[in-house]
Amino acid sequence: MRFEVGSALSIGAILFTVIIVAAMLIWVERRLLGLWQERLGPNRVGPFGLLQVVADMIKIFTKEDWVPPFADKFSFILAPPIIMVVILLSFSVIPFAPGVGVIDSDIGVLFVLAMASLGAYSVMLGGLSSNNKYALLGSLRAAAQMVSYEVFMGISLLGVVALAGSFNLREIVLAQSDGWFIIPQFVGFVIFLIAGIAESHRLPFDIPEAEQEIVAGYHTEYSGMKFGMFFVGEYLGVVLVSSLLVVLFFGGWLGPGFFPPIVWFVLKTAFFIALFILLRAAIPRPRYDQLMNYGWLFLLPLSLLNLVLTGAYILWQEGI
Amino acid sequence: MLRLIKDTLGSQCVTLWRVFMHAFAKTDTVEYPDVQPQMAARWRGRIILSRDPDGEERCVACNLCAVACPVDCIALQKAEDEEGRWYPEFFRINFSRCIMCGFCEEACPTNAIQLTPDFEMAEYVRQDMVWEKEDLLINGTGKYHDYNFYRIAGKKIAGKDKGEARNEDAPVNLRSLLP
Amino acid sequence: MAKISVDGIEYEVDPDNNLLQECLSQGLDLPYFCWHPCMGSVGACRQCAVKQYRNAEDKNGTIVMACMTPASDGSIISIKDHQATDFRSHVIESLMISHPHDCPVCEEGGECHLQDMTQMSGHNYRRYDFKKVTHRNQNLGPFIGHEMNRCIACYRCVRFYNDYAGGEDLAALGSHHHVYFGRHEEGTLENEFSGNLAEVCPTGVFTDKTFSAHYTRKWDLQTAPSVCAGCGVGCNTAPGERYGTVRRVVNRYHHDINGYFICDRGRFGYDANSSDQRIEVARFRHGQESQFNTLSALEAKRQLNAMIGGDVIGIGSPRASLESNIALRDRVGVQNFYAGFSDGQFNCLQEVTKSLRETGLVCPSIRDIEQSDCILLVDEDITNTSARLALAVRQASRSAATELAKEARIPLWQDAAVRELAQNTRSPLIILSPQGTRLDDVASELHLLRLTEQLHLLQAIAHVIDPQANDLDDYSEANSSLANNIAEQLCRAQRPCLVSGISAESPALVKACTNIGKALRAHHSKNAESPRPIGLCFAMPEANSMGLALLLESGGKSLGAALQRLAQGNVDAAIVMENDLSLRVSAVALEEALAGQTPLLVLDQQHNSFNAKAQLLLPTASVFEQHGTWVNYEGRAQSSYQVFRPSEGILPAYEYLSITDPVQQCLVSSELIIQELARSDSRFNSLTDLRPPRTGISASMKSPRQSHRYSGRTAMYAQAHVHEAQQEQDRASSLAFSMEGVMLQKDASLMASPWAPAWNSNQAISKFQEEVNGELKQGSKGVLLCSRQSNASPYERFDIDSEQKLACFAIAHLFGSDEISAQAPAIQARCVGPYVCMGQSLANALGIRQHGLVQLETATVRVQLPVIIRSKIAQNCIGIYCANEVDKYALLNGKVALQAVSEHESHIASSRAMFDLLLIKDALRGEA
Repeated sequence: MRFEVGSALSIGAILFTVIIVAAMLIWVERRLLGLWQERLGPNRVGPFGLLQVVADMIKIFTKEDWVPPFADKFSFILAPPIIMVVILLSFSVIPFAPGVGVIDSDIGVLFVLAMASLGAYSVMLGGLSSNNKYALLGSLRAAAQMVSYEVFMGISLLGVVALAGSFNLREIVLAQSDGWFIIPQFVGFVIFLIAGIAESHRLPFDIPEAEQEIVAGYHTEYSGMKFGMFFVGEYLGVVLVSSLLVVLFFGGWLGPGFFPPIVWFVLKTAFFIALFILLRAAIPRPRYDQLMNYGWLFLLPLSLLNLVLTGAYILWQEGI
Repeated sequence: MLRLIKDTLGSQCVTLWRVFMHAFAKTDTVEYPDVQPQMAARWRGRIILSRDPDGEERCVACNLCAVACPVDCIALQKAEDEEGRWYPEFFRINFSRCIMCGFCEEACPTNAIQLTPDFEMAEYVRQDMVWEKEDLLINGTGKYHDYNFYRIAGKKIAGKDKGEARNEDAPVNLRSLLP
Repeated sequence: MAKISVDGIEYEVDPDNNLLQECLSQGLDLPYFCWHPCMGSVGACRQCAVKQYRNAEDKNGTIVMACMTPASDGSIISIKDHQATDFRSHVIESLMISHPHDCPVCEEGGECHLQDMTQMSGHNYRRYDFKKVTHRNQNLGPFIGHEMNRCIACYRCVRFYNDYAGGEDLAALGSHHHVYFGRHEEGTLENEFSGNLAEVCPTGVFTDKTFSAHYTRKWDLQTAPSVCAGCGVGCNTAPGERYGTVRRVVNRYHHDINGYFICDRGRFGYDANSSDQRIEVARFRHGQESQFNTLSALEAKRQLNAMIGGDVIGIGSPRASLESNIALRDRVGVQNFYAGFSDGQFNCLQEVTKSLRETGLVCPSIRDIEQSDCILLVDEDITNTSARLALAVRQASRSAATELAKEARIPLWQDAAVRELAQNTRSPLIILSPQGTRLDDVASELHLLRLTEQLHLLQAIAHVIDPQANDLDDYSEANSSLANNIAEQLCRAQRPCLVSGISAESPALVKACTNIGKALRAHHSKNAESPRPIGLCFAMPEANSMGLALLLESGGKSLGAALQRLAQGNVDAAIVMENDLSLRVSAVALEEALAGQTPLLVLDQQHNSFNAKAQLLLPTASVFEQHGTWVNYEGRAQSSYQVFRPSEGILPAYEYLSITDPVQQCLVSSELIIQELARSDSRFNSLTDLRPPRTGISASMKSPRQSHRYSGRTAMYAQAHVHEAQQEQDRASSLAFSMEGVMLQKDASLMASPWAPAWNSNQAISKFQEEVNGELKQGSKGVLLCSRQSNASPYERFDIDSEQKLACFAIAHLFGSDEISAQAPAIQARCVGPYVCMGQSLANALGIRQHGLVQLETATVRVQLPVIIRSKIAQNCIGIYCANEVDKYALLNGKVALQAVSEHESHIASSRAMFDLLLIKDALRGEA
């Protein structure tokens, strides 16, 4: 089993880039939403409002860091870092380009799934420790939603894994050199996209934090940088799911030679990030029961069918 | 099955596409302090008290604006001059509570209270958001030019005796038995 | 019980009533104008039209007026029938033809029966575009505003004012659509109940002028259930407050007491609350200096506590609440607590409380009096001391008409028919009085007698009814036939009633009246007739006269004793609570007492000559500003709730007097004082049930004082401070100073201002009555404190003073005799100065002409007063009206010498103007 760790410099560079990108997404998302809603979005701080991020950061860092007296202090403080940490850890197995990455691991896919499951703890702890009915409702919803959608997420990936014959993400990318998996695994892609949105509880699946129903769900009681961590964690999740989509279905860094591989990766990821934002601008939120029904009654059979068909295709290919 | 896909996935994709196309539409935002917005005449902004065509206060202190106000930010007290005309002794609007809903204008039977397109009313001191009658009363009829409540009401005021209002007969002579 | 069907639903109704009344009793909405529960039906307005069907098969039906149709068994009617609704909408449209476009500038707007009924009848748009009929208004005096244009000619005003209240100066004038309701000429409405016109009029023709001067819409008034403190009847009122002042007082329905009407003193006297005579800050004087220091409430309380030490006496007050009297009694100790009555009244009240406990005699409520069929009214001028009683007595005179109508099988609600049938038939109302009264027009007999003559006559009557009543053998021949006649009428009556009072301050009078009651009881039991209720009541001059009398019932000490102790100077301090002692004793006696230099601590509401002498003067809350308990003439204790918090520094007297930690203010709540009294004193046991229990929903969710559409909350006081203060908290009752809370509409005892959907006017009260004009649903009616003794007591013995050459009696006036309400500007406009009244022969003997001056002189006092010469006054008798200015007790208790004074014509003119205000009909015009 291969388990190679990259240089400290590249690790640092990747960590820095990922966090900066996540932070910049705050501005990107607001500008894009503005664009699609025929507004302007933040445009007063710095050129094109680019420094809005800086302003937001200053605000969020200098805000009063308040822990409600009725909250369970330990887990209340513990919860926000968890989501940051697990998502950042997930990035460690992402192959950004040949030679660019933190770990080249044979169990990359499994590692990502494992980290995604751990993310549920952050949300649950945050909600439970807040000792607030809305936070509790939000975390209950989040737990149910994340546990459910992990199932299809995992199963939808198995088609890709089976085609590539490896759990190593770098090998999965290389396996796509003669054809992106989006073609054979279109169904898997759709399921993974939906499950990915649900995992990162972005709109339209932001049921755990549905403002109109339960104030702000699990992070109702959070403020200051602790809220900031949840906030940035969500954007990190968006970047992660986008890059996974690129790696698994769109050939990772592969692309015509006029751009270096890393640029191809960035471009593809940026496309999916924009798609995520477009989804937020366009699609309304389903009801909680609709979400669960859709998952268990439609996505689960569909992903199983996809797996069976993929398996049958592979066996047929191998000529048994 | 196809129909199901069309209704679900298909319609979502159409939605995405249509929202995406908004990127190429003109933005509605007016960059306010740099560009002055064009206010509609019926914009619900700063509240004023107007005067009738004769230059008298229109407000008769009937209290209907106060009772219509959902945030209870209007308070006034009725007074009456020697000739029988009702007017507000004081008329106070707490603009720090006002939500510019326009219910007061809607309720006003004399067209006295009106909302104007002026919206620049921010203050640094909250106490300055409390406006009294002297601050509210303007020297004009506002949006409605001809209406004069007391020319229609039956109450006698200075300059209008009984029977002189619109559609009124001269006062009855009780001594007469003629039909 | 009869069954009727309304729109297919069956109801159990009383067949003696009309359909309109029964529909309203069942909670159905049916518009009406001219009908009034107290005045019956005349079918004038045609607004209550319904469809009546002959039987189940009849599909066409006929339109009838519900108010003119009996609710006979098996009636089938429809309110919703489209012909009936059409009819009603056309009727209202024609009623509205000349109605001006006035609602925004009309005092009735928002609580207007006409507005409600127009909405209910579905008339929305004016179609008639010809000229409106207009009228000129009249100035009807300081109480009532007039705006005749608004009239819809329902005739309620004249039916109330003339037929019900006995007024003579309001009439329907003119003819056809020019009909006009007003006086024959401009001038003050004379009747004592004119204020009710504002409530009786379904629209804004007659309005409350004092209310209009500081007008506030009904929904903006903060109201709480209250009790009128004007006299001892205890009418229920609903005062309304806005911006910290009382804006008006309206009637609050009480089935047994005031019903739908209150007198003008109760209605217009409220303005005294914000008069310039009001004491607003506590003040303290060091030694004999003339300079005062003002104190804050806390300092005042500290000063009071510092001054109360050693032997302190307390003088209570019949115009202070029961709580305050108890707090004072507990503070100074029972042995140091003295009555705040004049000694004469004190002695009378001792007898009155005794008679209240007498077996077989009942103290009638107002409603009982209205239904009694023979009334003997002795000495008391109840129109001027307890006006609501007089209105009840006036109704009682119609009992004969009721009997006639029953015989003729005319339903009693057929008002015009009953009056037509009865003409001038009246049940016996026998008045013994030293002078003519306002009830003379309904009296069957009026005997002008001096007090001693009255006592002789009463003794004779008792003797005729039951010879054992007294061993009388020397009464005069004239008296004997008169006594026989009166006794016979009393014995014949099914529900006889004796009404007297304590104004004469004669215990003998109380005893004599009680004796007649006892004689009647003995007479009925001797003749083995079924026991009849024998009513006996005494009008009380002040709101809590009876409450204080009951507190002092056993072993109470008189004011005279207190003054004696003060004069002796062996007292460390004296607390006088809400009492102007100069009105209770003669000036000489008061001066003697105060000469002792005892520190005087006075708690009062209004400045007066007496409390100017106080060393420490504390401002106390009025009836509107405190929770209080008041005991009326029947011994009925009733609660009044605080309507609003008074300005800083004014506290209820009991809060000053109770010894408590200032932090835990709840310890001195009136509720706790009353509960403690009920627990510790068996006579007051029943007081525990006086207020609704503070458990369950009323403990956690209070009942709002403000209407659900109270306006201006965030702007009312914003000019002072834009940040809204926390709303006042009321920990002492189940009401809240807010519009939030549970409207305990079912518990009418906590409801001051009735409102029901579609019923914004005071007519909404029918929604809260068991049946129209019936008991309030679950409402507290107060608690009767006087339990009957188990044994009947023997006849009272008393001596009658020997006849004096010249007898004096005190005159009371509805406007002016009550010291608090007399400070109200509107009442002041009707007040007159002191005067003397006498008969023509006495005037001739003295050489006095009408409206001239006379000098009255006793050993201690000499005054010159204008004279009015009347025809209706007893022989050799003068009446003195003191107007709270002249030393009443010096004149009444001393030997008065009269002497004419020469005067200028200007004097005559000014005193004539004054007497014109009095509206005495029998004043002799002749000027010698």
